[in-house]
Amino acid sequence: MRATCINMVYELAKLDDRVVFVGSDLSPGFLEEMRREMPQRWYMEGVSEANVIGMAAGLAMEGYVPYVNTIATFITRRCFEQVVIDLCLHDLPVRLIGNGGGLVYAPLGPTHLAIEDIAIMRSLPNMTVVAVCDAPEMTRLMHASLTWPHPIYIRLAKGGDAVVSREEAGFRIGKAIPLHGSIGDTVALVSTGVMATRCLVAAKALAEAGVSACLLHFHTVKPLDVETLLDFCAPAEAVVTVEEGVRAAGFGSSVLEALADSLGSGLPPVVRLGLPDAFPEKYGSQDELLEWYGLSSDDIVAAALKALGPRPA
Amino acid sequence: MSKASGTLMSSSSAPLDERSKQLRRLALRALAGGNRGHIGSTMSLIEILRVLYDDVLRYRPEDPHWPGRDRLILSKGHGCVALYALLADKGFFPMEVLDTFCQRDSILGGHPEASKVPGVEASTGSLGHGLAYGIGMALAARMQDRGTRVFVVMGDGETDEGSVWEGALAAGKHRLSNLTAVIDYNKIQSAGFTEEIQTLEPIVDKWRAFNFAVAEVDGHDVEQLRAVLGSVPLVPARPTAVICHTVKGKGIPVAENKPEWHHKAKLTPEMIEQLYAGLN
Repeated sequence: MRATCINMVYELAKLDDRVVFVGSDLSPGFLEEMRREMPQRWYMEGVSEANVIGMAAGLAMEGYVPYVNTIATFITRRCFEQVVIDLCLHDLPVRLIGNGGGLVYAPLGPTHLAIEDIAIMRSLPNMTVVAVCDAPEMTRLMHASLTWPHPIYIRLAKGGDAVVSREEAGFRIGKAIPLHGSIGDTVALVSTGVMATRCLVAAKALAEAGVSACLLHFHTVKPLDVETLLDFCAPAEAVVTVEEGVRAAGFGSSVLEALADSLGSGLPPVVRLGLPDAFPEKYGSQDELLEWYGLSSDDIVAAALKALGPRPA
Repeated sequence: MSKASGTLMSSSSAPLDERSKQLRRLALRALAGGNRGHIGSTMSLIEILRVLYDDVLRYRPEDPHWPGRDRLILSKGHGCVALYALLADKGFFPMEVLDTFCQRDSILGGHPEASKVPGVEASTGSLGHGLAYGIGMALAARMQDRGTRVFVVMGDGETDEGSVWEGALAAGKHRLSNLTAVIDYNKIQSAGFTEEIQTLEPIVDKWRAFNFAVAEVDGHDVEQLRAVLGSVPLVPARPTAVICHTVKGKGIPVAENKPEWHHKAKLTPEMIEQLYAGLN
């Protein structure tokens, strides 16, 4: 997904001369072909995120579509005010590509873990927040991004992610995709980003346990597709949201807000799986931390069954 | 410049002509409309903006987004009343709009917004953002082979922000000769004299070290400002920094060089009368 995203910047630049690339301090030879072919539209600006965002804003004010890339924590936290004022207040078509969303950089510790990125970015007016589930879906997103008139935060996963999306499902920014099951299923699993893969395994395991489960994949966290959310969740007996990020103000919170606003007392039980309100204290691998935080497919199944409560044999 | 009580203060020998007084009266009109505003920060800026709009910038008030315009970013957004005075004077919007400053449905807020005010390039107010916008705009002009220029007007206290120096690094690296940073060096920031709060000296050396061509002028001397701002870039293939030595509150005796006049709220009719009287 990561390589696809970056390569797509170059592909889009070939299609549209408004596209420019702005990096901070990435690896040697980064997008080298683009650099050689269109040096005026390739910028590597050093460890200076505030200036990078403001410069991208200035370019966008002049009609360009800048794709900005660095590590997710630095493109969200480090320059948060520039993101708010430069991009969102001016409502400019700048794309922020954040490497290592969630727990990808597990061995590097809390300075590099982008676990609150979704929570803080979704709070910003005009911001669009996207976390696709695999490389083919990334390609579809990048094509769609070219004409989207607002700033976008694109959360990248580790790369080499299992492919679970389907081309025939189409892709529209702001439109959720049912990846499994159907309206009326007992449990609605609702996820964003690569957690779709674990949820898919969980949905199939629930079916084997005699519980029908649908899976709604939100590649777009904001704007949230409330219509599809209600279609699948309103009739469900339990809703389980799954995200690789903090539960506080995160994706699950946005789902809960939307369901509560629409369903009121008819709200089914909603369980939000995610990370606690604490800095991670462990290292290891992304998968190890996901297990540690109860985000395995087995954990998702267990949470769904618990939310349903005792059921007749 | 003079030293007073161990503090770096500004002075200017430049007398204010009728044009400068007229613009200050327009600024006072807005300040009276809102009963508030950054009075000191506005008055130190007047000649800088006057010379830019009267003699340097290319623009079309009837077509504020004309692609061939030079871009002016007021990065010290709290000095917006000076900008509003110039924009009204040039016909970007009717003069009467000044009377609505800071009122609920006005287009003129206490900091300028590009989506509301014709002629305002970028929304500013939070300090340290404008130079980076200017760098993006200057790069865009270079890519499009346009001859348009970018001027970013910053406050002195504003340059405490690290983002300003990130931008200075980038402007120097890109050799943006179409970019000029203008520093309104009135020696006073919100909390007091810059020399006491966060000294900027040696300010000329700093900008020069970041690969800018640097000039120093009396920021109230119209001839000096014309000579420098009208001849940028001062050195080929380098961005320019113009350090304008100014007086906070210039032209309003009660406010001149007084940190407590950085911003005033709840201006009474008597105080406004006093400000007008001081100007005359």
